[in-house]
Amino acid sequence: METFSVYVPKLAPKYEGLVPGHRFCIGCGEALAVRLASKALGRDTVITCATGCLEICTSGFPQTSWNVPWIHTLFENVGAVASGVESGLKAQMRKGKIPEKKINSVGMAGDGGTSDIGLQALSGALERGHDFLYLCFDNEAYMNTGVQRSSATPYGASTTTSPAGKVSIGQKTWKKNLPDIVAAHNIPYVATACPSYPFDLMEKVKKGAETEGPAYVHIFSPCPTGWRYPVDLTVRIGRLAVESGVFPLYEVEDGSYKLNFDFPKLRPVRDYLKAQGRFRHLSDDEIQNIQQRVEKEYKKLKVRCQET
Amino acid sequence: MAKRTPLEVSVAVAEAAKMADVDVVAAYPITPQTHIVETLAEMVANGELNANYIPVESEHSAMSACLGSSATGARTFTSSAGQGLELMHETLYIGPSSRLPMVMSVCNRALSGPLSVWGDHSDAMAVRDTGWIQVFVENGQQAFDHILWAFRVSEDHQVLFPVMVHHDGFHLTHVIEPITLPEQEEVDRFLPKPRYPYALHPDNPVSMGCYAPPFIYSEIKRAQDEAFRSPEVKQSILKAWEDFGNIFGRYYMPVEAYRTEGAKVLLVTMGSFSETAMVAVDNKRDEGKDVGIIRLRLWRPFPYEEVRDLVKDADIVLVLDRCISPGAQAPVYSEIRSCLYQEENRPQVFSFTGGLGGRDIVVDDFEQMIDKGFEMLQNGSEKEFEIIGVRE
Ligand SMILES: Cc1ncc(C[n+]2csc(CCOP(=O)(O)OP(=O)(O)O)c2C)c(N)n1
Ligand code: SF4
Ligand SMILES: [Mg+2]
Repeated sequence: METFSVYVPKLAPKYEGLVPGHRFCIGCGEALAVRLASKALGRDTVITCATGCLEICTSGFPQTSWNVPWIHTLFENVGAVASGVESGLKAQMRKGKIPEKKINSVGMAGDGGTSDIGLQALSGALERGHDFLYLCFDNEAYMNTGVQRSSATPYGASTTTSPAGKVSIGQKTWKKNLPDIVAAHNIPYVATACPSYPFDLMEKVKKGAETEGPAYVHIFSPCPTGWRYPVDLTVRIGRLAVESGVFPLYEVEDGSYKLNFDFPKLRPVRDYLKAQGRFRHLSDDEIQNIQQRVEKEYKKLKVRCQET
Repeated sequence: MAKRTPLEVSVAVAEAAKMADVDVVAAYPITPQTHIVETLAEMVANGELNANYIPVESEHSAMSACLGSSATGARTFTSSAGQGLELMHETLYIGPSSRLPMVMSVCNRALSGPLSVWGDHSDAMAVRDTGWIQVFVENGQQAFDHILWAFRVSEDHQVLFPVMVHHDGFHLTHVIEPITLPEQEEVDRFLPKPRYPYALHPDNPVSMGCYAPPFIYSEIKRAQDEAFRSPEVKQSILKAWEDFGNIFGRYYMPVEAYRTEGAKVLLVTMGSFSETAMVAVDNKRDEGKDVGIIRLRLWRPFPYEEVRDLVKDADIVLVLDRCISPGAQAPVYSEIRSCLYQEENRPQVFSFTGGLGGRDIVVDDFEQMIDKGFEMLQNGSEKEFEIIGVRE
């Protein structure tokens, strides 16, 4: 670990697209992920941002935390605005109005802005084949508005609109598999990432930005405020999610699946769940239920990796 | 030399966007706007128009893509109508508040329900307060002209507000009219290349669309409104019309007066029905009636001074709305009435609503309205409001 802290700053790009002074909660996994992503993207980037924690924590007028050109308009339209940014830049370059240059058009949104209200705009942009990268920062609920459930909230999690109660276990539905839905658009690059694996994350973001055509990276972003765990555990929670198979890290390149971190034996899901307040109410039976589901999904993924 | 050709008005609108050399078109089809976006797609497919055509999956995304495109400094065009304009609703406020120039042609259409693809002004009135500069045109030539005019105004650094050009669905979009198409050289002289000062580009990073806490939101909205109603914006609007007239020979004004000299009764109209109303005014003038008409062209920012000036000698003002405001006064009527309320010699203002969902208003109807106006002049009126051309 000691050597790690000596080398890491040397290995990671020094450039910061997101500068200090923002208003994310202490220990925010999304902030960490965005910072790493912005290092990978570099200067020649235009960011389109959805309403959500990311926008609120980085942009209170008249201040901004962004070193790169950045636009926020609304909650559910990042796919469309980024389409416009990409097309506007491309058209002007083609017509000689601005100099030719590789500029990354990058959309950023939360899980709500991506898998619920913004799914249509995202699907449209993917299907049309815009040359852009979409980053979804998945903290598994609408955090900005006070931890309401989204379709990315996992089964059994207690949120303010899927509260655990005497006759409810909390969220009753299984997490929507957005990377799969995106991959079904047959775009050239899809990946999952987590800031607990910073180099893997940066590499994937870079790869996505360099991809010609649409690229998508789904980034698991632990949220101490909404998940109710101590703020110093963010990186740990991310690792537990990956090691237990709850959030596997993989890539889909031109339809071909590849698991980036495989574990001969997955950690019990319980290790991941028990660290978080949002799952505290779950019975052993329910934990077992989740364990089975995770194993089943993980197996499916591995089969896909072999077959494609 | 400019040439006069028979053209469907929708094709003329697309032709104007082409002559403006737009960089990006993002649009979603809806009747009666379809011919405009189809023609533009065809122009791009044939290499006649060097633009990125984004065939978005909804109007919400159409306007969103336009916001992104405009923010990079690209000349941006879209068109919509009725339900499409309504689906855009929340996106429409962003352009004016972020000062993003672009042009949208709106092919005015009634709003569901019941579903109606036919024309009225309900869609325009629903987006009245979005902060766009808005004009209404009366015929195909004006529709063509005002697309060019709109780009010129919108991109002026003193302005930087998006512009809607309203033209009536079907009554304009689907008719073939003789239209004078200018030379490209004339258009280029009128319309300089866009140079958006705050374009999203890594060479000069800006943050656009930051949220505003309560300590600053009011100041931002006041600044937006002050800019919108500023003399600079008004000057730019007028100067663009003046320059347009000097180059193309057709002159326009915020409010157009027709046979208003000595008129005791005045009609107020907006859009294509104005031309029918003018025929009725001619007929009544022939009968010796002192009647005239004023046609609102500039709807936002509202031309208070011009309206007051044109109305000052009239006794009766008859306002025609093509939109209902359930439980309240019709929108154009209420605007005109409030505009005149402070005047010392204010006329009586009467509200007619008609032409809903594609219903025609013919010359005869306008003549009856004018007759009612003269009856009021003699005997006054108990009522303030009437729906015309509707069966019991
Ligand atoms: C049309 C619309 N509906 C609802 C909202 C309220 N809203 C703003 S952010 C947000 C949730 C954001 O959740 P997510 O996308 O997951 O981002 P997070 O804040 O969790 O990072 C909601 C519901 C809105 N701004 N616009
Ligand atoms: S609520 Fe969660 S996602 Fe939002 S800033 Fe706080 S820790 Fe980050
Ligand atoms: Mg979220």
